[in-house]
Amino acid sequence: MALSKLTYNSLNVTAAASKGIGFDSDPDALQADYVAGSMVFIKKLTASSDGTLDFVDGSSDVVLDDTYKEYIFTFKDIHPSNDSKNFQFQGSTDTGSSYGVTMTSTSFQAFHSEAGTDPLLAFRAGASVLHQETSFKSLTQESSADADHAVHGTLHLFNPSSTTFVKHWICRLSNTFNINYANEFYSAGYFNTTSAIDAIQFKFSANDIDAGDICLYGIN
Amino acid sequence: MALTKFNYNSFDVTPVASTTMAFNSGANGLTTMSAGAMTLIKTVTASSDSSITLVNGTDDVVLDSTYPIYKVEMINVHPSSEQKFYVNFRDGGSAYDATKTTTQYRAYHFEGGTGGAVGYQDGLDLAQSTADQMIGQEIATDNDASGSGELWLFNPSSTTFVKHFMAHFSHHYTNAAPGCIDNWTAGYCNTTTAIDGIQFKFASGNIDAGTFKLYGIKDS
Repeated sequence: MALSKLTYNSLNVTAAASKGIGFDSDPDALQADYVAGSMVFIKKLTASSDGTLDFVDGSSDVVLDDTYKEYIFTFKDIHPSNDSKNFQFQGSTDTGSSYGVTMTSTSFQAFHSEAGTDPLLAFRAGASVLHQETSFKSLTQESSADADHAVHGTLHLFNPSSTTFVKHWICRLSNTFNINYANEFYSAGYFNTTSAIDAIQFKFSANDIDAGDICLYGIN
Repeated sequence: MALTKFNYNSFDVTPVASTTMAFNSGANGLTTMSAGAMTLIKTVTASSDSSITLVNGTDDVVLDSTYPIYKVEMINVHPSSEQKFYVNFRDGGSAYDATKTTTQYRAYHFEGGTGGAVGYQDGLDLAQSTADQMIGQEIATDNDASGSGELWLFNPSSTTFVKHFMAHFSHHYTNAAPGCIDNWTAGYCNTTTAIDGIQFKFASGNIDAGTFKLYGIKDS
């Protein structure tokens, strides 16, 4: 005997596209207004002595297209294999075949030593700030490779699939200098292209990402 | 008449662990839907409280390895008297006294059009100190004044890495000098002992009102 399954219109509730089915507030009936949270997990990459971590649309379950208007990367325990390296990123318009999109950016940072010296807030000039350059953008300065030190924070990428607008991003990271300073590093900028950004690569300025997790989320 | 109950496999959809049932995008079939990546763990509402605490294992609070990243939203925090607003962390025992090194800067602009500057706040940061960390300056007690913002705490259960946190808190400055103060605080609890509690309080007096919402950010 064929198994009879209940279909979408077997339930005593009006069907609504992409809505979940839950109980109402009483709860004495079904309703179709449940939605998943607006922050949707997409992919986690865990570093293990890797030269780079790459998020490529359409590869390994990564979504980085017009599905979402905003994407968030979170960084947890990003630990360099060598001392005094800058954590960096770049984008791609050819699904990761190359990473070298023209960027213009800003950075400023606050730092303060464990000894209580050198409190400072300042614009980060020099190589950490790009102006119509295709090199990797530094998101930290001189990250420490001490066993208990790592980089943490978030990077927001807005509307990467747009073919109308350049692609803006903002990043806030909490870092530790190799000389035991607390270091907040704030960066923002844009990929100066109207081609879709379909891949993002993270790395240190030299050597490996020894350990750490980078997660990608889409914002509905 | 016996009541017919339907089981998980009674519906015309393939079950997927830890998802809910939903209507598909055409509203003409059933599908599964994942929960959002940002999970509300606990809401605490202040009412003339000397402090607000979020402690793992207490009052349904989860602050352990369940989530790699936690976020606290602080909404309309209103003091009983004009005082600075602080956070501290518990790293074993019952005291909120984790050793911290931090940075602190703020932008400000008064309602009269004066101010309009940004700068590091030397003396409001910490260097290997167990003291409370200021995340908001004196908040006005006017009925319509308050402060709101967010606190990110990364991997608090780690026994390998120090625990980084970042706060961003905007508030209404004093009754005598009304204006906006935008506070940025970041740093780390310099311990490889797990952080299992967060405390918010004013320098003195009570948290007259305010809502504190603790979220866990999933990485799968």
